[in-house]
Formats: sequence, structure tokens, C-alpha cells
Amino acid sequence: MMSKAPKDYDNMTDEEVQLELEQEGVLLSSVNKLYNWGRRSSVWPLGFGLACCAIEMISASASRYDIARFGSELFRASPRQADCMIVSGTVTKKMVPQIVRLYNQMPEPKWVISMGACATSGGPFRDGYNVVRGIDLYIPVDVYVPGCPPRPEALLHSLITVQEQIDREKIKKVRWYQKGTAVEFPVPEFGAKGLVVAGIPGVADPVGGVPQMMPFVSPALGGQGERHTDPAVLEGNVPKGLVAEIREGRAGTNLLEEHHAAT
Amino acid sequence: MLKTEELQINIGPQHPSTHGVFRLMATVDGETVVHLEPVFGYLHRNHEQLGEIWTYLQTITITDRLDYFNSMINEHGYCMTVEKLASIEVPERAEYIRVIMSELSRILNHAAAIGFWLQDMGSWGTTLMFGFRQREMIMDIFESVGGSRMMCNYMRFGGVARDLTPNLVEQINLFLEGFPQFIDDFERLMMENEILLARSRNVGVLPKELAAAYSVTGPVIRGSGIPYDIRRAEPYSIYDRFAFDIPVGSVGDVYDRFLVRMEEMRQSHRILRQAMEQLPQASGSYINQAYKAASKQQGLRLPAGEAYCRVESPKGELGYYIVSNGGNSAYRYGIRAPSLINLTALNDMCRGYTVADIVVILGSIDIVMGEVDR
Ligand code: SF4
Repeated sequence: MMSKAPKDYDNMTDEEVQLELEQEGVLLSSVNKLYNWGRRSSVWPLGFGLACCAIEMISASASRYDIARFGSELFRASPRQADCMIVSGTVTKKMVPQIVRLYNQMPEPKWVISMGACATSGGPFRDGYNVVRGIDLYIPVDVYVPGCPPRPEALLHSLITVQEQIDREKIKKVRWYQKGTAVEFPVPEFGAKGLVVAGIPGVADPVGGVPQMMPFVSPALGGQGERHTDPAVLEGNVPKGLVAEIREGRAGTNLLEEHHAAT
Repeated sequence: MLKTEELQINIGPQHPSTHGVFRLMATVDGETVVHLEPVFGYLHRNHEQLGEIWTYLQTITITDRLDYFNSMINEHGYCMTVEKLASIEVPERAEYIRVIMSELSRILNHAAAIGFWLQDMGSWGTTLMFGFRQREMIMDIFESVGGSRMMCNYMRFGGVARDLTPNLVEQINLFLEGFPQFIDDFERLMMENEILLARSRNVGVLPKELAAAYSVTGPVIRGSGIPYDIRRAEPYSIYDRFAFDIPVGSVGDVYDRFLVRMEEMRQSHRILRQAMEQLPQASGSYINQAYKAASKQQGLRLPAGEAYCRVESPKGELGYYIVSNGGNSAYRYGIRAPSLINLTALNDMCRGYTVADIVVILGSIDIVMGEVDR
């Protein structure tokens, strides 16, 4: 077998050397591991309760379920110190500007867990005139937890899912190490007839109608802060092509991983 | 004296000590609170509107989410109101089960409320875990009867959804046996604590007259020395059968409210003991047989008219008002939420105390935003 010609590292600039090494994956695979291990083991949630689900969030941090086993017992009161936002409860139109602002204030890397039916879709209060129909219309969500309220075990599982997602991250690809400025999500404003979101003409979430915007692509699926474009994804916030397969019952972790490998 | 400028500070809606999405606008002069204005509506979930769209049975599910610490008592009050309007009889056994669940709910609420309040005062974690340990035990019971830990959806018109199994009776008895020990431990842990005394004695005093004028209810008014409890003032269900005392405070400060809650847990325990003893002799079934079928419940139509019923929730007087025009959902549906009305006294309680006292006083009122904003 022919061995590769040795590289002439002496005549390369530092940057080129690093690029070369990165391409060979020598350094970064172990750095990746170290980074991801550090991140996954101390996901600090933002201590911020919205409604009933917040009580189950507290139960999860109490002694019986003990979220500390997963390194997430430190609920920070300030968004500047938090890694993960657990949207735990009903989001109302009066509250959503604050939530988006809190999300924008969190430093990268950051993850969002949408806890409970309310945060995911409006839940039992979806018909209400003041209730936001899914927080993913305003900020990108990594993990959705079903339930009303979800059991603390379900919340722990969502945390494990976030950790698995962190394990898959590559330093070179993650959005917070890319060129350009960070994406600021538009903070909705109160218009005469309802919420006004930058870039969405008219009332964004009209009472009695359907929301006039698409949910954000989940960062777990490679979203960089853009909205979905295919109306079919509304079915479950999954990329085009997956909807049919999920309907056929082929959905699962493998499917997602295949999708990751393909992109 | 040096004149200082007044300053407005904003607390919330995202703040660990505001017990939910609640905002306070405090005007302070140095460290002293001059004026306090609560701002709410951040959790307005259109409860009353939904109650006018959904059928009566469906509405039970969202009464759970009013005051999410004690779903059982919320349901109890709502079912009583509908039963009053529809003249539905409740069998004796069902009444006993309802009382047992309501009193368990009260213990659950107070254990958590005291835990949160002490947490606000700086006992980071420990006391809250104490309270939550009891809460988990009661939640196991609720889960067995209702199928869900918090949102039990257990009561039905004319009774409850399922009967108590012998296993469950045993479980409740086991809980009751261990409970006095818990309350003694809890008391020993906190009662003589210097920090607790310094921060809660003579803080947030609400005089008797003012308490009555604001029409606050629950532990807040009893802490101020007025023995007003719906279970005694206007006995509902079968509360006239039990012997229990109504604890009252003397000063009306934060400490008194804490003591009242502690004693109320003991009294709830007393009621539960009696109820568990009398349960086997209770006649009838767990639900009125005429209303047992799901279709009867879901298709329930109330005669035109109106009804108001009130129950003693752990926060105070919880009232439901239903106006029916003969359909299968309410024409008008209103709630007297104790948290909201107790909150109106906050400004008077906080004026003159320091900024740090605000969270302690707020914690002693024990509000739940789901109920305040509805
Ligand atoms: S999902 Fe259910 S428990 Fe959670 S906030 Fe909504 S209504 Fe409350």
C-alpha cells in the first residue's frame, strides 16, 4: 500500500496547517469529544416557570427524580448563565415578547425544550384568544415533550435527548462557530389587532385563524434560524420527506440519524 | 433630613421569587417600599371563555389547571355548582371520597407553599425538598385514582370517576400514619430558626379591619385573627360531620400565616382520620347511578338559571358562578379566585418594609398565577 507523501508543514502558514489537520480529523475528533462531554454534562437550565408544567419541572429537580444525576440541577435565574431554556407552560401573547427576548439574551450554545402540550401547540388552551399556538413559531425548539403535564421522567428523557444531540455536534459545523453575526430572533410587538412579527405581513397569530407563519426549523435537524417553507412540516415539525415515513410508522432515532448522515 | 429621590424598580415577569409570571412595579425610597403595583395578565389563558364554549364535562379538565396545586378542590367546587343547578344528588360514599381528596389536596398545597416560602427566605432547597417529599406521596395517591399526577380530572357530576380500592385505602392510611412525624420534624427544623423569626415576625402586617375590608380569605384572613373558613361558615359537602379547629393568628404578620398553614395541615389530618374511619359505613356508591354513563355526563344539559357555590380552597374562598340558558355549555361562567383577591392587599402589606421583604410577603400570600390570571 502506498503511503501518503509527507506534508511540507514547514512551508505552510499556521492557518493552513490547522486546516490540513482538521481535514484529516486528527485533532478535532478528540476535541469534539472533549467539548461535547463538557457541554452535555452540565446543561444549566434557565430557572423560569410559566404555568403548571413548571411545578413538574420543580418535581424533576426534587429528590425523587433528581435532575442532578444529569448535571442539570443548577437552575439559573439569569439567561446570561443558562444553556437550556425549558419552556414550561402556556405561552400567552402578553408573555411571548419576554420569552423571545430571554432567548436572545442567552449565550450560545443554547438549547430549547418545549415542555408540555401548551408550549408545543397551545395544548388545552389552544382555542383561547390569548394563547400562542406553539413556541416554535417564535424560537427554534430542540426537543418537544408531550404531556399535560409531562411526568418528570419525560422531562428527564428530553434532557437525555438534548445530551444525545450534543454528542452529535461537530465544532466545525455548529452554528455558533460560523462566520457572521449571531441570529437574533425577532421580538413580537403588540399591534392594533394582535401580535406583529417582523417579516410577517399582517397579524401573525390571528384569533380564530391559523398562525400566519411557519415554525422554525429545529436545530436538531440542522436549523440555523430559518423557518420551514413546506406546509407539510406543520404536521410534526419534521423535514419534507420524513412526514410520509413517519406516517408509515418507520419513524425513530435511526431515521433521524440517516437524515443527518445524508445532509 | 436629606431628601432622597424615589426610584421605580421592576421585578418580574421572569423572576425566581414571583411564583410564576408575575410582575411587580415597586416604588422605593432608599430601601423602603413606598408603593407597589402588581401587574398581571401574563398567564391569561381564557379559562372563562373556554368554559362557555366547552361542555360542562370538558370544563372540569380546565378547572384542574386553575390552581394547579390543588386540582381536587377546584373540581369539587365546580361539580358542586353544576350539581346545584341540575339538582343532582351525591351519594354519601362519594361525598366521603371527595372530602378525603380535598383534604389531601390541602396538605399537598400547604406543604409546597411553605416550602416555596422558606426557599424565598433563603433556606435553599432543604425545606422545599421536605415539602415535596410529602407532596410526592400524595401525588402517588392521586395518580392511582385519577391517572395523572397533577391534573387528576377525578370528580364527576354526582360523584367521582372511580371507587377507592382496598389497596388505595391502605395507602392513604399509611400516609396518614407517617404524617404527624413529618409535621413535627418540619416544625423542629424551622420553628425556632433565628433567620426565620427575624425575617417574618412583624413583617407584612395586615390588621384585622383591613383584611376584612379587602375581603381577603384563606390563611391570610385567619392569620389576621378572623376565624373565617367556608367549611365552618357555610358547611358544604359533609364538612359538618367532622370535628376540627380553625387556627387563627394574633398579629397578622407573615409568621402568623405560616403558623396557620402548619396548623391547618394538622387539622386536615384530623379530618382525614375521621373520614377514613367513617368511610366503610357510608352508604351508596361512588357515583350517582343515574349519571354513571359517560353519555349522561357529556350530554348533561342544565336547566336555565344560575348558581353560585363556594368551597374553601387552601388559598381561600373559591367560588364558581354559572349561568345556564338550557344548553350543554355555560352561558356565562365566572370564578372568584382567592389568589387574585388576596393579592390586592399586597400593596398595603408591603408599604413601609424593605425591598427584600417583598418576596417574603408575596410568598406568604401563596398565589398561583393560573388562578390569578385565569
Ligand atoms: S401542558 Fe397542561 S400542565 Fe402544562 S402548562 Fe399546559 S395546561 Fe398546564
